[in-house]
Amino acid sequence: MRPSRPSRRYRHGLAAAVLAGAIVVLTACGSSGGGSTDAASAHGPIKIWYSNNEQEIAWGKQVVDAWNTAHPTEQVTAEQIPTGKSSEDVIGAAITAGTEPCLIYNTSPAAVPGFQKQGGLIDLSSFPDGTSYIETRTGALAKQYASTDGHYYQMPWKSNPVMIFYNKDLLTKAGVDPTKPPLATYDEFLATAKKIVDSGAAPYAIYPAPSSEFYQSWFDFYPLFAAASGGKQLVADGKSQFNTPEGLAVANFWQQIYAQKLAGNETYTGDAFADGKAAMAIVGPWAIAVYKDKVNWGVAPVPTATGMKADQIHTFSDAKNVGMYASCTNQGTAWDFLKFSTSQEQDGQLLTLTGQMPLRTDVPATYADYFAKNPDYKLFAEQAARTVEVPNTANSVEIWQTFRDAWTSAVIFGKSGVQQAMTDAATKIDQLASQK
Amino acid sequence: MTTSATRSPVPRDHPAAQAAGGAGGGQHRTPLVTRLFGRQPIGMLLAAPYAVFIAVIFAYPIGFAVYMSFTDYYFTAPGVTVPHPFVGFDNYKTVLTDPAVLASFGHVGIFLILNVPLTVALSLGLAVALNRAIHFRTFFRAAYYVPYVTASVAVVAVWLFLFSSTGLVNQILGPLAPDPSWLVNSVWAMPMIALFVTWKQLGFFILLYLAALQNVPKELYESASVDGAGAWRSFRSVTVPGVRQATALVLLLAIVTGANLFTEPYLLTGGGGPDGASTTPVLLMYQQGIQQGKPSTASAIGVVLVILVLIVALVNRRLTERSER
Repeated sequence: MRPSRPSRRYRHGLAAAVLAGAIVVLTACGSSGGGSTDAASAHGPIKIWYSNNEQEIAWGKQVVDAWNTAHPTEQVTAEQIPTGKSSEDVIGAAITAGTEPCLIYNTSPAAVPGFQKQGGLIDLSSFPDGTSYIETRTGALAKQYASTDGHYYQMPWKSNPVMIFYNKDLLTKAGVDPTKPPLATYDEFLATAKKIVDSGAAPYAIYPAPSSEFYQSWFDFYPLFAAASGGKQLVADGKSQFNTPEGLAVANFWQQIYAQKLAGNETYTGDAFADGKAAMAIVGPWAIAVYKDKVNWGVAPVPTATGMKADQIHTFSDAKNVGMYASCTNQGTAWDFLKFSTSQEQDGQLLTLTGQMPLRTDVPATYADYFAKNPDYKLFAEQAARTVEVPNTANSVEIWQTFRDAWTSAVIFGKSGVQQAMTDAATKIDQLASQK
Repeated sequence: MTTSATRSPVPRDHPAAQAAGGAGGGQHRTPLVTRLFGRQPIGMLLAAPYAVFIAVIFAYPIGFAVYMSFTDYYFTAPGVTVPHPFVGFDNYKTVLTDPAVLASFGHVGIFLILNVPLTVALSLGLAVALNRAIHFRTFFRAAYYVPYVTASVAVVAVWLFLFSSTGLVNQILGPLAPDPSWLVNSVWAMPMIALFVTWKQLGFFILLYLAALQNVPKELYESASVDGAGAWRSFRSVTVPGVRQATALVLLLAIVTGANLFTEPYLLTGGGGPDGASTTPVLLMYQQGIQQGKPSTASAIGVVLVILVLIVALVNRRLTERSER
C-alpha cells in the first residue's frame, strides 16, 4: 500500500486555516483601541497638524513655541499635514487608522459631516465653555459651522472671502479703466471680459479650474450664488436652494462666459492669472502675498445681476477650521491650546503672518492698526463679515460632486441645457440631503 | 525532450516503487509533522514570508472588499462600533443601474480595444528593431524606457502642453485640429488617454520582448532564410511564434493595468472629463470610496471590475493557448 502523504485537500485546509487566522488577527487589530473616558479633562502632551504653506508654517511654529514656553508639562508637538491627494483623504485615512493628532488646523468644513459620521471628531460643545467660546468669538457666522444636532464639531478658524482679482496692466491694454473697471453687473462683466479677449490683451478674461473635482464649484458658481441670493447656502433644511431664478441666472452667466470662450475649458497646469493667460481670477486675501511681485493687481466684489452695493454682497468663505480628533487622549490640553491659538493675540498673528481673516467678530476694528498699515487687506476684512459656508449636511461631498457633474456638463461644455441640468441636480441633491 | 529511465530512477513515492517495496512490508504510519507540512517542512518555512505577504496585502483586502460590497459599510475611528447590516446585492444593483458606472466600464472597454493591440504591435515591432545591430541602439533602448520610469504627473504636463487647443500639435495641424481640442473633446478624450498610456508603458513591454527575443534560436532565422523567407515571412513564422509566451504576458499585463486606469483620467482630462467622457471604474471608486465615504458601493464596483478582468484574462489565456497548440 502506498504510504500516506499529507493530502492536497488537507494542505489546502491548513493554508485556509492560517489565512483565516491572519484575517481574524488583522480584523481584531483594526477594531481595537478607543479613547479613554477621562480624556476630556486629561492634560499632557499633544500633537497637532497644520497646513504646509510657508505662511501657515510660520504661524504654527510661533504659536507652538509661545505655548510650550508657558506650559512645560503640556508640550505641543507640531507637524505639517502629510501629503496626499487632498488633506481630506489624509485625515479620513488617519481617523480610520487612529493615527490622527489631537488638533488639525486644516479641516475643511465640507469634510466635517463625513468625519463626524466616522466618529472621528470630538464634540466641542461638550466642553463647558465650548459653545459659548465659539459663538462669542465668531458671532452670528458661527451658526453656519454647527452640525445638524446643533453642536460644534469644528472651531471656525479663518476665512478667505473670495473676490475678483484683476490685472491692471492687462485691463489697460484692453482699453478698460483699471482704477474702476466695470465688473459690477453680469452685463458689465461680460462686456469687459469680451474687451479683454477681443483686444488680445489676454487669451482669456478669467480661468476658473474647469475640472470635475467636487470642490471646484466653490470658486465659480458658489461665490456668485451667495451674492445673488443674499447669502443662501447650496442646501438648507435638507432642500437644495440653487434651482431658483438667482441660481439659474448665475449658471447662465457662466455658460455665456464659456460659450464665448472668455474662460478656458482645458486644464491649465500653471497659474493662469500669474502667467498672464487670464486677466482676472476669483481668489481670497492669500493672493495678495502671492501676486504682489508678479501682477499689478486690483480687487472688486463678485458681480451680481443688478450690481449690488459692495457692502451688501456676500461671497464664499473658503474657510479652514480646526477639528479635535477622537484619538486625542489629553483633550483638556487640546481644548486649552485651541482657545490659546484662537485668542485675539494669536488671531492677530495669523492675520499678520498669513493675510487670512480670523473668523471672529469685527475684524477691521479689532486689528485697525494692521489695516491702517495694510489697506489692501481691508476690503477682504469687510467682506469677511458676509461670507457663506458650504452647508453642514449629510452626504456633503456627494452633493457637491453631483452639482459639479451637472455644472461641467451644462455650463462648461454645453452638453445639456442649463435649466434641465440644474433641475436634475436639485432633484438628486434633495434626495441626498434628506438622508441621515 | 525525452527522459531516460536509466538516468531518472523511479521516485520512492511512485506507484511502481510502492508496489515493489510495499509487498509484505506492512503498513507504517507517517509522522504527524510530515502529514501536516510535507516531507520537506523547510520548504514551507521558506515560502511562508511570501504566503503571509500575499495573505496580508492581497487576500485580506480582497476578502474584505467582497464583505464590504454586501454590507452597508463605512470607515470609522477605532473603538467606534456601528452596525454594518447585510444588504445582499443592493450595492451591486446600485452600481449596475448607475449610468455613470456603466459608462465608466464602457470607457475602459474603449481604452483596452485601443491600448492593448497598440501596445503589443508597437512593443514587438520596436523590440525587433532594437534587437538588430542599429546605430545608437543603447540610446534608443534607454529613450523608450524613460517615459516608463518618469512620474505620470510630470509627463502629463507635457501632453497637456502638446495637445491643448493652442498646443504644438494643433499648431501643426492648423485647420485639421479638432474643435474642441483633443483632451476636452468627448470623442477624442479616451483615445488620447489610450495613446498616452501606450507611449508611457512601451519601454517596459519592449524590455519584455527584448528578453524573449534572446531565446529565439538564430538557426531558425538561418533555416527560414535558406528556405527563401523574406524579412516579413521570418517575422511571422519565426519571431511571432518564438515570443508567444512573452506576448501572453504582455497581453495580460496590458489588460490588468489598463483596467486599473486612474492617474491619467484624474490628471490628463481633469477628473474624467469632459463631461464624464473619460471616467473609469477606479476613478469612481476613488470618488465614492474615499471622497464620499461610500466604501460599500466602491467595493461593489471593484468586485465587478475584478470579475470582468478575470473573464477577459481567461479568454486571453484560452486564445493564446489555442494558438500555441
